[in-house]
Amino acid sequence: MLSGMSITSDASPRQVAPAAPSSGGKVGLRVTRVETLAEGVRGLTLSAADDGRLPDWTPGSHVDLTFDNGLTRQYSLCGDRWDPHTYRVAVLREPAGRGGSAYVHDELAEGDRVELAGPRNNFALAPADHYLFIAGGIGITPLLPMMEQAAMLDIPWTLLYGGRHRASMAFLDQLARWGDRVLVRPQDEYGLLDLSVIGDQPAGTKVYCCGPEPLLDAVRVAAAGLPAGHLRTERFVAGAIPPPVRSTSFEVELARSGVTVTVEPGSSVLDAVAGAGVPILASCRQGICGTCETGVIDGTPDHRDSLLDDEDRRRGDCFYPCVSRAACDLLVLDA
Amino acid sequence: MTLTTAVPTSATDPFGDDVLADPLPFHHELREAGQVVHLERYDVYAMGRYAEVHAALVDWQRFQSGAGVGLSNFRREKPWRPPSLLLETDPPGHDAPRHVLEPILAPRSLRRLRESWQQTADDLVDSLLDRGTIDAVADLAEAYPLRVFPDAVGLGPDGREHLLPYGDHAFNAFGPPNHLVEKGQAGLPEVSGWVGEQCARDRLTPDGFGARIWEAADRGDITHDQAPLIVRSLLTAGVDTTVHALAAVIDGFLSAPDQWELLRRDPGRARVAFDEAIRWASPVQTFFRTATVDVPLGDAVIPAGEKILMFLGSANRDPRRWTDPDRFDLSRDPSGHVGFGMGLHQCVGQHVARLEAECVLRALASRVRAIEPAGESRRHLNNTLRAWASLPVRLVPA
Repeated sequence: MLSGMSITSDASPRQVAPAAPSSGGKVGLRVTRVETLAEGVRGLTLSAADDGRLPDWTPGSHVDLTFDNGLTRQYSLCGDRWDPHTYRVAVLREPAGRGGSAYVHDELAEGDRVELAGPRNNFALAPADHYLFIAGGIGITPLLPMMEQAAMLDIPWTLLYGGRHRASMAFLDQLARWGDRVLVRPQDEYGLLDLSVIGDQPAGTKVYCCGPEPLLDAVRVAAAGLPAGHLRTERFVAGAIPPPVRSTSFEVELARSGVTVTVEPGSSVLDAVAGAGVPILASCRQGICGTCETGVIDGTPDHRDSLLDDEDRRRGDCFYPCVSRAACDLLVLDA
Repeated sequence: MTLTTAVPTSATDPFGDDVLADPLPFHHELREAGQVVHLERYDVYAMGRYAEVHAALVDWQRFQSGAGVGLSNFRREKPWRPPSLLLETDPPGHDAPRHVLEPILAPRSLRRLRESWQQTADDLVDSLLDRGTIDAVADLAEAYPLRVFPDAVGLGPDGREHLLPYGDHAFNAFGPPNHLVEKGQAGLPEVSGWVGEQCARDRLTPDGFGARIWEAADRGDITHDQAPLIVRSLLTAGVDTTVHALAAVIDGFLSAPDQWELLRRDPGRARVAFDEAIRWASPVQTFFRTATVDVPLGDAVIPAGEKILMFLGSANRDPRRWTDPDRFDLSRDPSGHVGFGMGLHQCVGQHVARLEAECVLRALASRVRAIEPAGESRRHLNNTLRAWASLPVRLVPA
């Protein structure tokens, strides 16, 4: 039996948004803020183009962002995951880079559109009794949300943060509130990072390090005595450059059904295939749940999911048509 | 500023025997009443429409699971067992267990099981055809998962009869302490003790899901203290749910024999058939969340700290989302149903259930011309699960 009843409240936060309809298979992002975080470091704040929720992420996650010039680059998420509407990344200008950072620094503006793939996490925060975070320069980014979460879980931690000089080191103001847990060690003041701290940590400490390769090498040597799984590292320069993203249509051949469909830029493979009368079961439509996993018989997928690791991607034998696309003219699927 | 708003209320007990036996009329009432309804009997809120249920399921920031996904509020009451590290834990604690379990149960990890699971299904259906008339619950929906799933986890041969009663009690315990919960209390110490013991490393075979969870602890991805609780999640949520989903898909075909013809002609629809049955019957009917802040919803506000009962079964038959929702229809695309939940806590074992169902349906489709009712079916009441106790059917050989 249902009837009216009154309750009172003085709060007026956001409304619950209705369920998002299926998108065109791509999460379009909008740059909502560009700011200078340090010398040579730009911060980007991104929202969904439709202002909806962004895919969930965990500390250590990175996203692939594709810019208008066709370049795709990976950046660690460094914002607050309790805000489901905003991603934050920080981008270092790399004079020797291949154009991604120069584009972000010189051309990208508030209001611009960016395409998203992921997030993925190869650098997940595992439980520990204590954490030692070691950041080299822009490698601070994936570690920022880790520190927040370690604090939430009441797990003690220390940050050793190196950089060329103080003005080049981002987030120093934000880190100041952690007091003496944070050791800021610019090279022009202190020299190379003193990694003997690794040996001084209590048993049960996990060491998370992100930075340039020479720092990672030095940390691996210094941490050689730690038990397996207690040192976790991530390079901030992407190891492999993904294939260029197509902005044109491609064909998908369904080997079992004998159907071939054209996937237009605004449509997902899932929707295009369903339109041709071969529905593939799906669920989250964000490349997260894995329900629509489909075998790839021939062709190169453009993976946009949050599920496959680099090894799975190299194997290239399956993909998620709710978000992933083709990097070639024809993709042959086991469907 | 103080807003005075109206929220519809209902005096119905959603955990009463009559509603559990046939929840559809109550679901209709709930959906028509509004976006959110206050349930007087338990002083909790309820959602029955698809859009709101879906939005709340994905919004883990404002609708938390850590205060329990049953009626009991862990902020005020002690849970009957140590809370699940998956179902009843919020980020950040939820992250590592989920990150470890997801790849173990991912479709690409299950491929190695497909061949033997199909063989087991073929053998089972062959033996059932010899008998002709069977109980689709005991002889098929229970028998098949119990043959494949405990082996896949890596359980030893003894004591497996405790799995179904344990799951049944765990899902009853999400509801109020009614006669269904009382019924499970008597045997609980023994059943619960057995389940706890099976989660230990030395009880598990070296090749199963359980062993892989312990290996993750060795790699430091989770702690050794967490490993047995994550194994326990498989044993709690991995059996009864699949059993009732398999019974539901048989019931679906009984309700629409033309759909069986369709599956026979195109066995490739087996996966769609199973998810359509999950949508249509919603073996997991409800889960609670707890508001972390005051959440406005239409003209109403759900106050922080209050429990919200989400009717997955009602959302899955909401005519605002589904055309002709009461029809079991293999031509529909059931994608997006919330029968496995949605978002961060979406059923991590869903791909296991789908593979089991696909094997069973393929075995049946190639051997059975018709599935006919052969006696009176009987409901099994559970505070959370929509279930059959008995579905007598005749399998007509192809």
